[in-house]
This record gives sequence, C-alpha cells and structure tokens, in this order.
Amino acid sequence: MFEIFGIPAAALFGQLLLGLINGSFYALLSLGLAVIFGLLNIINFAHGAQYMMGAFVAWMLLSYLGINYWWALILVPLIVGAFGIVIERRMISRLYQLDHLYGLLLTFGLALIIQGLFRNQYGVSGLPYSIPPQLQGGTNLGFMFLPNYRGWVVFASLVVCFGTWFLIEKTRLGAYLRAATENPAMVGAFGINVPRLITLTYGFGVGLAALAGVLAAPIYSVNPNMGADLIIVVFAVVVIGGMGSIMGAILTGFGLGIIEGLTRVFYPEASAVVIFVIMAIVLMVKPTGLFGRAT
Amino acid sequence: MKPFRRTRGSSKPISGSDMASAQPQISPAAPLLSVADLAAWYGESHVLHGIAFDVAPGEVVTLLGRNGAGKTTTLKAIMGMLPRRTGSVKFDGCELIKAPPRAIARAGVALCPEERAIFSSLSVEENLMLPPRVKPGGLSLEQIFEMFPNLKERLSSQGTKLSGGEQQMLAIARILRTGAKMLLLDEPTEGLAPVIVQQIGRTIAHLKSEGFTIVLVEQNFHFAASVADRHYIVEQGRVIDMIPNAALDANIGKLHAYLGV
Ligand SMILES: Nc1ncnc2c1ncn2[C@@H]1O[C@H](COP(=O)(O)OP(=O)(O)OP(=O)(O)O)[C@@H](O)[C@H]1O
Ligand SMILES: [Mg+2]
Repeated sequence: MFEIFGIPAAALFGQLLLGLINGSFYALLSLGLAVIFGLLNIINFAHGAQYMMGAFVAWMLLSYLGINYWWALILVPLIVGAFGIVIERRMISRLYQLDHLYGLLLTFGLALIIQGLFRNQYGVSGLPYSIPPQLQGGTNLGFMFLPNYRGWVVFASLVVCFGTWFLIEKTRLGAYLRAATENPAMVGAFGINVPRLITLTYGFGVGLAALAGVLAAPIYSVNPNMGADLIIVVFAVVVIGGMGSIMGAILTGFGLGIIEGLTRVFYPEASAVVIFVIMAIVLMVKPTGLFGRAT
Repeated sequence: MKPFRRTRGSSKPISGSDMASAQPQISPAAPLLSVADLAAWYGESHVLHGIAFDVAPGEVVTLLGRNGAGKTTTLKAIMGMLPRRTGSVKFDGCELIKAPPRAIARAGVALCPEERAIFSSLSVEENLMLPPRVKPGGLSLEQIFEMFPNLKERLSSQGTKLSGGEQQMLAIARILRTGAKMLLLDEPTEGLAPVIVQQIGRTIAHLKSEGFTIVLVEQNFHFAASVADRHYIVEQGRVIDMIPNAALDANIGKLHAYLGV
C-alpha cells in the first residue's frame, strides 16, 4: 500500500470519506438554517431536534408500519415538514413583530421539549436502523474500499444541496423567496402572499433537516441526542460560512467536513476542535462569515 | 364600473355637459380611485389626518407638498402597507381599507416606491418579471422594451448594478406588465438628470394614452405641470387644495406659497 506524506493512503482516503460524510450533514443542515434565517430572521434552534425527528420517524415507519427506507426518504421530510408548518403557523408567526431573541428562545425551548419527549419514550441507548439491502456492501475503488451506503449519502446530499440551490437561485419561486428576504413589504405589495411563502419556507427547511435525519439513521444509531450533538458543530459551520448565502452554506459544510477529516489524519488531537478554531479566526477576520453579506 | 375604464378621449360624458371632455376636473365618470378621510399611523405617530381625493379613469393627478407633508405615506396607506389606517380607499367600486397589500395589488393597484426597491439579489430580468400578473391586459415585454430600450441590454445584470435612472425605469417597467391599471408613482424623477426626467415624462404621457390611471408624487413642479391633469396639495397629512392643470398659471402665487418655493 502506498503512502502520502507518510500516511497510509487507505487511512487518508478513509478519513477523507468520513469528512465528506460529516460534511454532507453539515451542508444539508446549515442549508436549511440559512434558508430559514434568510426569510424568517429566526435562528432555528429546533433544527437539530427536527433532524433527530427525521431519523426517528423513519425508524417508526419501518418498525410500526413496515414502510421501507426509500419511502421514508420521501415521506419523512413531508411528515416532519408538516410538523414544522404547524409550529410556524401556531407559534413562530406570533413572534415576527418582536425581537429576534424571542424566536431563538422559542425554538430552543421546542428543541428541549422534543428531545425530552423522545428520550422519555425511547431512552438514550439508541435504536438500530439497518442499511437498505440495495446499498449494503461496498465497492473497491482501487485506492480504497467504499461502503456503498456512505457513497450514497454523499451523492444524495450533493443532489439535494444543488437542487435546493437551483430552486432558490434559478426559479421563479426562488426569486420570490430572495426578494421577500430583502424586502417582504414590497413583495407583498406586488400581490404575493408573503406569509404563506414564509410558512412554506420554514416547512422546507425543516423537511431538509428531516431528510438529513433519514440519511443518518443507518449510519449513526437513532438516538434522541443525535441532533443536539451535531447542531452545535452546524452552528459553527453557519457562523463560518455566513448566513447570507445558499452556495456558501453548501461549500462551507462540505469544506469543513473535509478539513475535519484531514485534521483527524494529520493531528488527531485537534480534530474535535478544529471547526471551532476556524470559527474563532473567521470571526476575528470577517465577522459576517466567509460568504456572508454585511447587513 | 367597467365601462369607464380606458375611456378617456373616446367617450362623451353621459350628461352631455359642454365642458366635461375638455375639463378633466369635472369628470362625470365615477372615480376609479376614491380616497376619503384617510388617516394613518407609524406606531404611535399619527401622520395622515384625513386625506381625501378622487382620480377619474385615465387621469394623471399629482400630490404636491413640502418634504414630510405625507405624500409617500398616502401612497403607502392606499397600498395597505402601513400597520394602521382608517377611512376609505375605494378602487373600482370596491372598498379596500380592510384589505391586505396583496389583495390591493390583486385588485389592480401598483406602487413604484420612492426608494425604487430594486432587489439586489435578483437580476434585472428577475426584477422585471417578479410582480405576478394580476389582471389581463398588461403591457407586453416588447412594448416595455420599446419604452425602455436600456433595460433590454442589461437583463442579466444584477438589479442594483444599474444606474439610478435605469433603476427608476426598471421600477416603473415591472409594474406595467402586471395588468394593474392604477399606478402610484412616488417621485420618479428624484435625483435624475434632465434628459432622463424628459424620458420619464414621455413615458407617463404614453402610459396615459394607453389608458393607465396615475397618481404621481412630485417635487419637480415643472415636471408635474407637464404631465398632469390636476394637482392636489398635501400639507401636514391633509389635502388642502386642488388646482386643475389648466388653472395653474392663475394660481401660481398660491402654489408657491403652499410649496414654499
Ligand atoms: N417609517 C416612519 N416612521 C415614523 N414616521 C415616519 C416614517 N416615515 C415617515 N414618517 C413621518 O411621516 C411624515 C410624512 O412622511 P412622508 O414620507 O409621507 O412625507 P413625504 O411627503 O413623502 O416627504 P418627501 O417629500 O420628503 O418624500 C413625516 O413627518 C415623517 O417624519
Ligand atoms: Mg416621499
């Protein structure tokens, strides 16, 4: 086996793949956060809990109703997204006139409640969710062994991220969304139903988190704390990328996943903190984030 | 209400009055827009205290007044964009005082705001195509590019990369596609070079000939006189006078006193 910088190539590629996988989740989650923040001006602290719900609902569909992974990929974002829509209509929409802090507190409280309910019901030991049969096993790429499911996660996440980017940057609906992010009053005065656009956007962002949860279910154990652990890193990713940009969220998510993976190879002691160190540096140099627009 | 649309210059007043066709201020047509007793607030501060004026179908009227008189607020209040407003805004026979902005837009009223509100995250083309069609009969893109040839060459630029004059043209152009027949234009000539002001003047005359009804807020009094049928004077949140354009010369002293020029 050959070596790169004195590191066995297999180890290097293995960590790179792991970085890409983590990066896939960072990108999917920070994308949803960025979309929600853009239009609602709310930092959705419930995002991690909604990701966890995605994994749990997939598990429930399989265990209670025998609905398989592929259906879950479609159904779970719809179910959890609908839950998000109810939350937005019933609670978050009451806060738009108030300081942003209230939205943060509300969604943070919701996250604690949701996690508490699942912990109560299912404990913290974690539930297994097996890889769908079509994606079991792996492929030998010559330079490394690629577990098929992991390859699928990276691929699916790339497709969803760039699909979302296309939707927002290149379609008419996306133009409404971008315009309403800048000047909702004017967009309303053109005859567009901005409150409904806001509701759907929140539902969409929550649906993205839930989709990430389904993708994660076969990799990590399905566990009420899975979102809380991940979301802290995702917030750091969002701070680094800056809230303003869709492409920024995607690139920063994947980029930081890879950097984290490389750090695990070259200086494992730092791998748990490298993202936070980068965050501190970015905050000193460019407080609006790498892709952020000053507001 | 429908028979009175797009009728200026073609229909004779029902009464057969001898002066009505030459004197727009005695329009026999039911007004397309009728504002009465309109009051509005920004939070606690009470800004409009009973604005009242009418606009007949196909007419161009201006709102003139000093800085801070409440002209912009009047247009925003008509559009429903203020948190609190009372009184009456009737358009095309429908009472709109309780309606949200999107319903007012859907009824066929469109605003070109003072700050132009071109979206920086949208291209020129996206800005132009943003307002949805609310009624049949809007201008086609060809007609719009005939009026504003500059826009056609800049379609893929970022909206806010246009010059001030081009941004103003874009802000007007995008509400012409929608089928709205009532245009509220807030200081479209503000800060623009004379040659562009002339172009906008020609545009307004052309829009009038196409049957649009226009409320124009203007500081540029000569410009206002060149395009409008009547002038309403706004002072401290009230309409205090109305001067027909034909009677402008006779009232010039009074007008200068109102505007403090
Ligand atoms: N967002 C706001 N909040 C509070 N008060 C406002 C706001 N906008 C305008 N005002 C006040 O309302 C009054 C009317 O303002 P408005 O903008 O309607 O004047 P205007 O006639 O359009 O003036 P200008 O010719 O300078 O554009 C002013 O006293 C202004 O200070
Ligand atoms: Mg004004």
